[in-house]
Amino acid sequence: MKYVLLFVDDGEFLHDLEAMGPAERERAVQQVMDWMAAHRDKIKGGNKLRPPETATTVRLGGGDPVITDGPFLEGKEIVSGYTEIEVADLDEALRMVRTWPGCPIVEIRPLE
Amino acid sequence: MADAARDELASVVREHAGRLAVALMRVTGDFATAEDLVQDAVLAALQHWPVDGIPEHPDAWLFTVARRRALDGFRRADNYRAKLEQLRQLRQPGQPAEDERLRLIFTCCHPALPREAQVALTLRVVCGLTTGQIARAFLVRETAIARRITRAKRKITDAGIPYRVPADDELAARLTEVLTVIYLLFNEGYLATAGPPPYRDLAEEAEWLATLLHQLMPAEPEVAGLLALIRLHRARAAARFGPEGGLVLLEDQDRSRWDREAIADAVQLLTRAARRRRPGPYQLQAAIVACHAEAERWEDTDWEQIVLLYDMLLHLAPSPVTRLHRAIAVRYTAGAGAAMAELDDLAGALSDYYLYHAGRAELLRELGHPDQATVADLRALELTTNPAERAVLEQRLA
Repeated sequence: MKYVLLFVDDGEFLHDLEAMGPAERERAVQQVMDWMAAHRDKIKGGNKLRPPETATTVRLGGGDPVITDGPFLEGKEIVSGYTEIEVADLDEALRMVRTWPGCPIVEIRPLE
Repeated sequence: MADAARDELASVVREHAGRLAVALMRVTGDFATAEDLVQDAVLAALQHWPVDGIPEHPDAWLFTVARRRALDGFRRADNYRAKLEQLRQLRQPGQPAEDERLRLIFTCCHPALPREAQVALTLRVVCGLTTGQIARAFLVRETAIARRITRAKRKITDAGIPYRVPADDELAARLTEVLTVIYLLFNEGYLATAGPPPYRDLAEEAEWLATLLHQLMPAEPEVAGLLALIRLHRARAAARFGPEGGLVLLEDQDRSRWDREAIADAVQLLTRAARRRRPGPYQLQAAIVACHAEAERWEDTDWEQIVLLYDMLLHLAPSPVTRLHRAIAVRYTAGAGAAMAELDDLAGALSDYYLYHAGRAELLRELGHPDQATVADLRALELTTNPAERAVLEQRLA
């Protein structure tokens, strides 16, 4: 089955990331790269997203489209990237996510 | 229908529903379809058996109904030829490998499903309850339960929740999930008073599920612990209600009505589990209940041991409710003043919990503050809707 993993940052995580020194940050990035490499055979694509201030939201349905600055959900939790994976079932996806070394929240969504 | 006949009907359905689900899963490969077919067969049984009597081979009877419904369904499906062939080859549910019933339980209690759906699915698929019976047991509308189950089944299919026993490294976490569902069922049933027929006692369903799980996973001490806990409570059920149906407090119960043999068996079960040296919250709770159950008289209760067990329980699973129960035990080892000091620490966390105020009222009365005790009892009364608990408080206030 195909799933998308949505990686979600929260304020604390971003704060911690900013507070890191260069060596520590490099280590954190390396951990994510290692995770990606370890699951290479299951990962079918994905990207990191630019920060939420670069987002533009368009609301349709009800007269003219309303265009606003920022992500569609206001809040501390921000989608920061996504990865498409192909695994046997939800348990395999869960096992993969359990060792994710990056952001503190991951949403698993099956694809149609 | 007489009670005995109803009990027999319930236990036959319970024994076969899960097995039938397993057999149908094998043919259809689809959890949702198998579950629907089981429900159809159970409903047919509840309609026919009370009139015609329970058939000699209930499993074959249920299977025939399910098979007929499956054929109707497959005729409408695109790949019906292949399915039909599979179904033709499968004659009898027989005795599925026990491992398969475990898979069924673990799928129903998958953590990706909301708790309420886990409970409803387990009752329907594993225990063979109808949607109506579940709704009556939880005092919820039937449509709400039906919606819960439909949503859960859709999620199992769409989100790819697998039909299997979890791997060793995830087993502990997943087993906790299953035990929580069984414990919740037990509590729900234990506090409820019997509803209108055809009523199914949730405490009995919980004991049956725990027994099944213990058979399937004999090396898991927490499963044995939960089973012992349920049995220790149920062994004393006869003394819990007075002649007018009111709840009788532990202190005032007629202990000659406790089932001593059942208590001894449950304690033995617990002792065997403890030998595996993997303590857990259910084993500890059962040990606490055993201290009460083994006391010949209220005065014989080993409160020192109970406080010690609560300390261990708090170490493994800290919770304000457990601290409250420990404080109530402290009353009998260190006095009402000491217990009150512990309760004061919990005021913030438990201000909306009826037992906190009911416990406080008892201490206040012993410490010579009857007016404050009444205020606390009134607060407790505001916070519980359970009729048996309300009756105890009202009697105290009268």
